Amino acid sequence: AGRGRRRASGLTGVVVRPHSSRSAHLAPWVPVVGLEIHAQISSNSKLFSGSQVQFAAPPNSLVSFFDASLPGTLPVLNRRCVEAAVMTGLALNCSINKKSLFDRKHYFYADLPAGYQITQQRVPIAVNGSLSYSLCIDNKMSQMVTKTVRIKQIQLEQDSGKSLHDDTRSQTLVDLNRAGVGLMEVVMEPDMCCGEEAAAAVRELQLILQTLGSSQAVMAEGQLRVDANVSVHHPGEPYGVRTEVKNINSMRFLAKAIDYEIQRQIEELENGGTILNETRAFDSKLGCTVPMRDKEGQQDYRFMPEPNLPPLILYDAKSLPANMNHQQVINIDWIHERLPDLPSVKRKKLVEQYGILPEHSFTLLNEDGLAEFFESVVKQTQMKPKKVIGWILKDLLSYLKQHSLTVKESPVSSFLLADLLNLLEKKEISSTAAKQVLAELWKGEGKTPLEIVKEQKLELLQDQKELEQICQAVIDGHENEVMAIKAGNPKVLNKLIGLVQKKTQGRSNPVLVKQLLEKKLSG
Amino acid sequence: MRALLLGPWLRAARGLPRAPGSGHRHRGHGGHRPQGPLRKVSVEVLDHLEHLALVDFRDAEGVERLQKAIQFADQLHEVNTNGVEPMDSVLEDRCLYLREDDVTEGNCTKELLENAREKVEEYFVAPPGNIPLPKLEERETFLQGSQ
Repeated sequence: AGRGRRRASGLTGVVVRPHSSRSAHLAPWVPVVGLEIHAQISSNSKLFSGSQVQFAAPPNSLVSFFDASLPGTLPVLNRRCVEAAVMTGLALNCSINKKSLFDRKHYFYADLPAGYQITQQRVPIAVNGSLSYSLCIDNKMSQMVTKTVRIKQIQLEQDSGKSLHDDTRSQTLVDLNRAGVGLMEVVMEPDMCCGEEAAAAVRELQLILQTLGSSQAVMAEGQLRVDANVSVHHPGEPYGVRTEVKNINSMRFLAKAIDYEIQRQIEELENGGTILNETRAFDSKLGCTVPMRDKEGQQDYRFMPEPNLPPLILYDAKSLPANMNHQQVINIDWIHERLPDLPSVKRKKLVEQYGILPEHSFTLLNEDGLAEFFESVVKQTQMKPKKVIGWILKDLLSYLKQHSLTVKESPVSSFLLADLLNLLEKKEISSTAAKQVLAELWKGEGKTPLEIVKEQKLELLQDQKELEQICQAVIDGHENEVMAIKAGNPKVLNKLIGLVQKKTQGRSNPVLVKQLLEKKLSG
Repeated sequence: MRALLLGPWLRAARGLPRAPGSGHRHRGHGGHRPQGPLRKVSVEVLDHLEHLALVDFRDAEGVERLQKAIQFADQLHEVNTNGVEPMDSVLEDRCLYLREDDVTEGNCTKELLENAREKVEEYFVAPPGNIPLPKLEERETFLQGSQ
């Protein structure tokens, strides 16, 4: 059996053929992937204390006495965090538990000053939801398939502080700025089969969270962290032993880490080994998973109810209490009514309203601000949306990607692009010329499309007579091609059109040129 | 949720059946210390506890005190709780107060670091990762050599 790392077959192919050389008779493997996702709640202050939530601040400056776990401090629940969790639960089709409970999860680590984390182990705030996501088959955008993953639950819990390991001095530096920040843990059932599905599901969750505003979900800033549970088994047999893969820091590594672990387990089992129920870390430099040092055997978290917090009670329109302070009441129905359009709904609307393809709607929503840019251009131009989308997805987007720019940073505004597309639509320039103008606009020198057209003399020849003369000249100069066309090979006409284009320096309308040539040649 | 009692642990270890709800054994009236079989806590359980909670039972007397405490708490099993929802807090009928999402605390780095024995540029200093308690064979504990 080779030691090479081959990709799992992924996609809709749930099955991985064994690749050991002596395994022609071995049964195929079914990989199983579940996810535990921690999303940092977007709020001003922390889950149980009034210290600020902010990325990158001087160490230990955003820490209250409670966060530092000083004796005599008590947790006080932040209303905004509860609302964020309810919104997320509703968006993921969960049942919201009107009564949920808080528990303590005990373990020792330097960045957990209390020695326990307040979480929701017994009765979390939301359960039994689902998330639909889409995958492209065969890496082409042309065919997309929709899949669903079940959401087991969503729970509110505290984040821990940050440990910076200083191996040279054999010590750990602890910053508690992050300790106590509110997290939503979203648990996805093991309904996925490979890295690609997991990455697509996480991407969709990320878009939903960002649309709701419940989390900014930026992986690079640690606002979205994913742990994967991976196992393999033979079809028809019980699930295999699972490992937990942690330390996945980006969407790119998520698929890689999971696929590596699937392959590692298959190779291990095919070589007669066993899989340990352990926690492994993904090493992005080496592209592999390694056992984690500090996890000595099974952890016993000794869960107990959080004695300082009564049950969290949520209400709906029917159960709303009459004589309670508004500020103390969270109404699930009120929140439901105010949910924004989720990405799946937005995509559908874009397709219906503008007649674009479903895969276009995915690309529009995948890029922050691109859908708004597209709609803005459509408003300002007479060009049909179906044509505009090509300019947005092919030309504009590729420029942005090449220069690693976001839509917001685009030197070409929607106004400028619409202006350019109008010139094209009015047939004042050819589409080749339009691309040239766009390249010039990209330099961001503040010129308008019309100015560039005039500067570079890109206007389409409006003088029919001049065009006819040029066509005639080309015909006269290429007897062989003319004979080929007359002999029944119409494709050669394209060469003549090309020659006319060259002579006019791209300033002729190819449709008109074709008509003129055809007329002359039929005579 | 696992109760704090070690009762279930011991039963599992010794294979004893759960105390039946119907068979009431009346005992312990009038401030009388409860009698009943003193169940020994196994060395494995004690070692596991020492790892988990980083306590040190120190000597045989400490262990005996633990066993007596378990026996005392086991009286709870004499109560028939069939169909009764467990209560985990006397606060269960209280209203959970919800705070507005305002920044009202923090910015007290200096004060917090006053408690730290060692610090490096406003970071707390800790050992490099958890130092696991050595295995039973390698520790100096009276538990070693116990049956």
